[in-house]
Amino acid sequence: MAEGSSPLEQFVIQRWVPAEIGGVDVSFTNSAAFMVAAVVLASALMILSVRQRAMVPNRWQLLAELSYSFIAKMLSDTVGKEGRPYFPFVFTLFMFVLFGNFLGMLPYSFTFTSHLAVTFTLAAFIFIAVTLIAIFKHGMKFFSFFLPHGVPIAMAPLLIPIEIISYLSRPISLSVRLFANMLAGHTLLKVFAGFVPALGVAGILPLAFVSALTGLEIVIAFLQAYVFAILTCLYINDALHLH
Amino acid sequence: MPQLEQISTYASQIFWLVVVFAVLLGVMLKVALPRVQGILEERQKRIDDDLARAAALRDEAEGVLRAYEQAQADARAEARRLLREQQEAAATEAAARHAALGERLAGDAAAAEARIAEARREALAGIEAAAGEVAQAMTARLIGVEVDAAEAAAAAAGTGRAGA
Repeated sequence: MAEGSSPLEQFVIQRWVPAEIGGVDVSFTNSAAFMVAAVVLASALMILSVRQRAMVPNRWQLLAELSYSFIAKMLSDTVGKEGRPYFPFVFTLFMFVLFGNFLGMLPYSFTFTSHLAVTFTLAAFIFIAVTLIAIFKHGMKFFSFFLPHGVPIAMAPLLIPIEIISYLSRPISLSVRLFANMLAGHTLLKVFAGFVPALGVAGILPLAFVSALTGLEIVIAFLQAYVFAILTCLYINDALHLH
Repeated sequence: MPQLEQISTYASQIFWLVVVFAVLLGVMLKVALPRVQGILEERQKRIDDDLARAAALRDEAEGVLRAYEQAQADARAEARRLLREQQEAAATEAAARHAALGERLAGDAAAAEARIAEARREALAGIEAAAGEVAQAMTARLIGVEVDAAEAAAAAAGTGRAGA
């Protein structure tokens, strides 16, 4: 999939099984295939590893338990007890993005989180859901969110537009952060990997750099999934508690 | 950039994202998370139970230790009390015996003194009689006068007294 000469070739979506529902193209693509793979692997980790229900967990069960505890702690630290109903969603979101990012680290694989359509859909869904939760929970009081407490009323005409813009830009920053990180990282890897055969013996230098960069990208793959999940937690916290 | 150029794939990406994410959410919600939660809760319960049992056992051990120390303290106090009683009884008896012995010794001493006095008196009387006899025998040998025994005795006693 990445045999092309351009570093951006790896991001091209290929229709594997063309399909259409009501005139809308729903072809099964390489992107869809990696989404399915992420779901299968995430489910396998969380279900198969805990089949023994061991009192003392083995490595895989420990990994599943740690993932659970990690997200549960993140949610309770940022939102508190009221965040409990949103735990399955945040956990699914984290695992989905994490496995998407990690699968993208495999050579010749496709990174569906490097596509703005995917990250923006996730971010927009989170944004709309969180806004609806806030309005449902606080009614008209929700709009006090845009005027922080203790601000002189004279500042309101300036502050309220700023707060509204900052609120509306949440889905954009959330989606672009993940998309741009994945795009930049994979492009950089590809560019430097291209130098390796081009430089002959001296190609050992870009090879060493690519090796180190791969390690960094694996960290970023985890970190961006974490950032995506914790920002979602913070938005849920804002929706439940306003300021 | 394919992300911005392949606009025709957006619908497919979003469609599969929604489908696949919904499936994963369903699997996590209904199967995976309850299982992991169950395991974690079971383990926490087991740990809490073990801790509670350990605390109960510790309390029990402390109770036993307290009872043992109490019994030991009681036994020590009892031993001290018995020892004191025995010492007091022994001291009383010793004093009584000491007094009885003192009395008996005093009685013996008095009796002995009486016997000594009697013996001395008898001895003195014997000496006077013997002196009389000696005096009678001497007068008979020396001057050939047969002196009456009573007279000799009285003379011996008088001489004895005068010579003394």
